[in-house]
Amino acid sequence: MNAHSNIAVIDLDDTDLTAANQSLQSKNGTEQNAHMRVVNPRGSHALAVGIDAPVDIEIDGNTGYFCAGMNKAARITVKGNAGQAVAENMMSGEVRVTGDASQAAGATAHGGLLVIEGNAGSRCGISLKGADIVVGGDIGHMSCFMAQAGRVVVLGDAGDALGDSLYETRIYVRGKVKSLGADCVEKEMRDEHRGELAELLQTAGFGDADPKEFRRYGSARNLYNFNIDNVGAY
Amino acid sequence: MCGIVGLYLKNSEFENRFGELFEPMLVAMTDRGEDSAGVAVYHDAVADGFTKFTVYHPDTGFNWEAVCDRMRSDLNATVRDAANDTHVVIETDGDAAASRDLIEGFDPQIQIMSVGSAIEIYKEMDTPQAVADRFELAKMSATHGVGHTRMATESAVTTDGSHPFSTGPDLCLVHNGSLSNHNRLRRDLTQHHDMTIRTKCDTEVAAAYVSHRLAEGRSLREALDDCLGALDGFYTFVAGTRDGFAVLRDPIACKPAVLAETDDYVAFASEYRAFVDLPGIENARVWEPEPAVVYSWGGEA
Repeated sequence: MNAHSNIAVIDLDDTDLTAANQSLQSKNGTEQNAHMRVVNPRGSHALAVGIDAPVDIEIDGNTGYFCAGMNKAARITVKGNAGQAVAENMMSGEVRVTGDASQAAGATAHGGLLVIEGNAGSRCGISLKGADIVVGGDIGHMSCFMAQAGRVVVLGDAGDALGDSLYETRIYVRGKVKSLGADCVEKEMRDEHRGELAELLQTAGFGDADPKEFRRYGSARNLYNFNIDNVGAY
Repeated sequence: MCGIVGLYLKNSEFENRFGELFEPMLVAMTDRGEDSAGVAVYHDAVADGFTKFTVYHPDTGFNWEAVCDRMRSDLNATVRDAANDTHVVIETDGDAAASRDLIEGFDPQIQIMSVGSAIEIYKEMDTPQAVADRFELAKMSATHGVGHTRMATESAVTTDGSHPFSTGPDLCLVHNGSLSNHNRLRRDLTQHHDMTIRTKCDTEVAAAYVSHRLAEGRSLREALDDCLGALDGFYTFVAGTRDGFAVLRDPIACKPAVLAETDDYVAFASEYRAFVDLPGIENARVWEPEPAVVYSWGGEA
């Protein structure tokens, strides 16, 4: 780790992944801030996982699977594309991807904000448990599958089977939805929804987008209770 | 798991460097499968009237000259051979079917890995790096090629159960996933369509299905499109023909896939890590192929 004007630089060309993650986790359990920069990530998996401190981490380049997984409090920016399951199980903090994200972005995340400036692949926000996800481009098929809480905002289009078996996550899509999954329906956009959407867009850096152009999707809540007419199927 | 890589050159100036670009891609996928590894490369197409075979024997000291001499005398054919570890490339102007029967019948441990005009297949039960070293992959030139690192699920870890699979002239297929209807399809292809399937591996059934469709006049793109209706299960496929290269993911698309394209090449991999040493990758268009969509380059597509 070399110090450059208060920013600690970790070069994965000469630092192994475990040592790099240990450095990134060095403030864990404290309230201390630090600014760290990772260069040459070369698509490595599980980079900057398990951070539990309000630190700023910038990753210059494309990352592999599980980047920023389990994040708590940190602000992590990937300047490039992220592989599968970026920010999976995030608890709090902010993760930003300036390029595209692969499948299962933000899977099971409980809190915090995930911003993907480009497109997200399939199963974005699968089983989401309370985090907010804002995607500047499109999201792939089966996104928000069984998503339970939190909000997902998509400035582009959504793929097939959006929100299949959805619980209480609120989904806002500006573009086209290829198809809705089982029990996911379009819902009325009321003032309270335009209000929270405007706030989310502003926070995520998409303040120029007009909330009036979005549609809201949510659970029809028909799968919540067992339908006695289906008893013959069991 | 399993790892797949593919590289299709658009700029012929890279052909002499194919192996040095391709080896790091294959080795980067070591974590996805260390049971066996293999590559199919397309280069040095034989002249019209000639057939190129890649043939395997477990004994690296096997006397291939004896096979070639028999082909010369029995088939009155011109025969050239170049041994490479456990594999040999045999080129002949003899009748292709008769040559095949003679080679296969020569020794019970002989297996024909590929038949065609440009294709060569090299695969072994070893780590990707060891396989690359054994066959001197880094020195190979090619127009395009595919590679596979295997974590076996559907059949035993053997050399002939390794990928790529070739089931028809110049065709090869690699697969990440598992098929659930391969037994029924195997029966159908072998009993009703005269296809030969040599192993218990599900991937060879998929390769045979693609060969069968190609033989019926479908293009590579169309044959892969047909897979969407015929195959049940999980798959990411990369297929090669003499001048074509194609990618297909199943409609659920659980198995990972990433493509990169520049003016010089198209690269495929299970993970982005495989691309990091490619020239110009920082400015390449990088994207995930959509589920149930065939992507193809070259060929008749």
